[in-house]
Amino acid sequence: MLTPEREKKIDELLTRYPSSRSALLPALWVAQEQYGWISLELQRYLAIRLGITPEQVREVVTFYSMYNDRPVGKYHLQVCCTTPCMLMGSDDVIGYLEKKLDIGRGQTTGDGLFTVSQVECLGSCGTAPMLQVNREKYDENLTTEKVDALLDRLRTQAAAEGSNG
Amino acid sequence: MADPVKVVSKRFGIPDSHTLDVYLQHDGYVALEKAVKSMQPAEVIDEVKKSALRGRGGAGFPTGMKWGFVPKDSPKPKYIVCNADESEPGTFKDRAVMEFDPHSLIEGCLIAAYALGSHTCYIYIRGEYGWVQDIMDVAIREAYAKGYCGKNILGTDFSCDVYTHPGAGAYICGEETALLNSLEGKRGHPRIKPPFPAVEGLYGCPTVVNNVETLATVPWIIQHGGDTFRQLGTEKSGGTRLVSVCGHVNKPGVYEIPLGYPMKDLLEKECGGIRNGNKLKAVIPGGSSVPIITAEEAYRVKLDFESIGEVGSMLGSGGVIVMDETADVFESTFRLVHFYKHESCGWCTPCRDGGDWMEQIFDRISIGGGRSEDLDLITSLGRNIEGKSHCALGDALVWPITSAMKKFPEDFQRALDRGKKLLREPAAV
Repeated sequence: MLTPEREKKIDELLTRYPSSRSALLPALWVAQEQYGWISLELQRYLAIRLGITPEQVREVVTFYSMYNDRPVGKYHLQVCCTTPCMLMGSDDVIGYLEKKLDIGRGQTTGDGLFTVSQVECLGSCGTAPMLQVNREKYDENLTTEKVDALLDRLRTQAAAEGSNG
Repeated sequence: MADPVKVVSKRFGIPDSHTLDVYLQHDGYVALEKAVKSMQPAEVIDEVKKSALRGRGGAGFPTGMKWGFVPKDSPKPKYIVCNADESEPGTFKDRAVMEFDPHSLIEGCLIAAYALGSHTCYIYIRGEYGWVQDIMDVAIREAYAKGYCGKNILGTDFSCDVYTHPGAGAYICGEETALLNSLEGKRGHPRIKPPFPAVEGLYGCPTVVNNVETLATVPWIIQHGGDTFRQLGTEKSGGTRLVSVCGHVNKPGVYEIPLGYPMKDLLEKECGGIRNGNKLKAVIPGGSSVPIITAEEAYRVKLDFESIGEVGSMLGSGGVIVMDETADVFESTFRLVHFYKHESCGWCTPCRDGGDWMEQIFDRISIGGGRSEDLDLITSLGRNIEGKSHCALGDALVWPITSAMKKFPEDFQRALDRGKKLLREPAAV
């Protein structure tokens, strides 16, 4: 189910630990990188791959908030709203995104490009307000202008990838 | 006065400080060489004990003592685990260490491994720091290529592997036993202690779990001596430490200060004062889990474990959250209640259900539905969570609330009065 490079990555991960179950969290990241989310089928596949039970995979996928157990938009905009960000105006940022994209928290735009989520402290409190796109480097010290520029950039990027096939 | 000595942050700001070349030009791997070539493992531990270094993750446990708990005669493998799951709201210093000085962490891990007879280190990095993990991975590859990691390090018979391991968004995995479960590929539920990880940790083997900054401080201690480090701070709180300042200051950021440094100086000199010339209202001095203090207390307190203790709070993770007069302490506390409720691992009832109930009470007060008995209810609910939960997350939920209610009762009263006001005012037609 995974690309040959990703299979190789999982082989390498398995050499790091005395127990194959330990490779589960990094392996789930490898899988999510390819699909954007972790389907039940993918969970069963990883269970076989690591030699553990599907339940052991499922309990981990449902525990950790960063694994998506349902599809999300191509760009998952995760806005931190914990107290340090709140003090610096994170509620305005997420409100602006919701209005601009015409979706609520946890929802995805009709074109499948964006999902907006409220998340808890991302360790960027000195550069608040901020958000993280997927698992990329943070976008920090946000203003409405910066949010506009970010959305434009991501739309352009998606269009370029689309036309490349 | 001379510029304060920089230990952990001395390479921050040097161009390409994350590369091995630059690290080597600035004392890089000198301490590792000294340790593996001219010191016995017990001498390394003694030096760390002498330094009075205390854990920089939050609990402040003496590092040398923690290392001393690892049984020397155990036939099982021993593990060094670095806690890089930095998730305490207000804290972003470990990220700076890994972004700007990844080799100092690798060197600290290797010295710890040498001291404790371990051959494997895992650096558990929070899932959101994906790009930080990439920086660490590049640095580790560089270290392997030059013989600082792997087999026969620097030509000695000491061998040690270093790996990074990603988390996936769970605050609770910063608790050391939850982190170990997570590293074993399980849910991040904390374990019952004892047994402590030093005796029975990862895979049931002796394990030391140390914070990023703690380990990154070790090379300096080995190079310059434990006594030299201790003298930078106070008698009981040795050395310097990183603090990360956020909120309503002009220059938020990561600063290295000697322990015992006045909070007033930190806010006014390093951070350039309160934004817009506003008045200071409150400070959470050590990450969101510690009790809040008033402006008056903040201006007289010193940043060491003892002085902060005297105003009823803690130095914790060094995350300083600053609020000016525009902040509403009821609302800022409500947001923390939401955080802890969200991050409860769900294992024990007091924390899981207590957190949920607590959030409901705050929610109804916030929207103007507060009842006169709600403050008493919060206090009584808090009493039934604090000290009764499986791990310290329950306490971390309650302490910010009780301290905020005690020190800023007017903000809570104003929130309660919102409902009355709504009832009195005629509806707009």
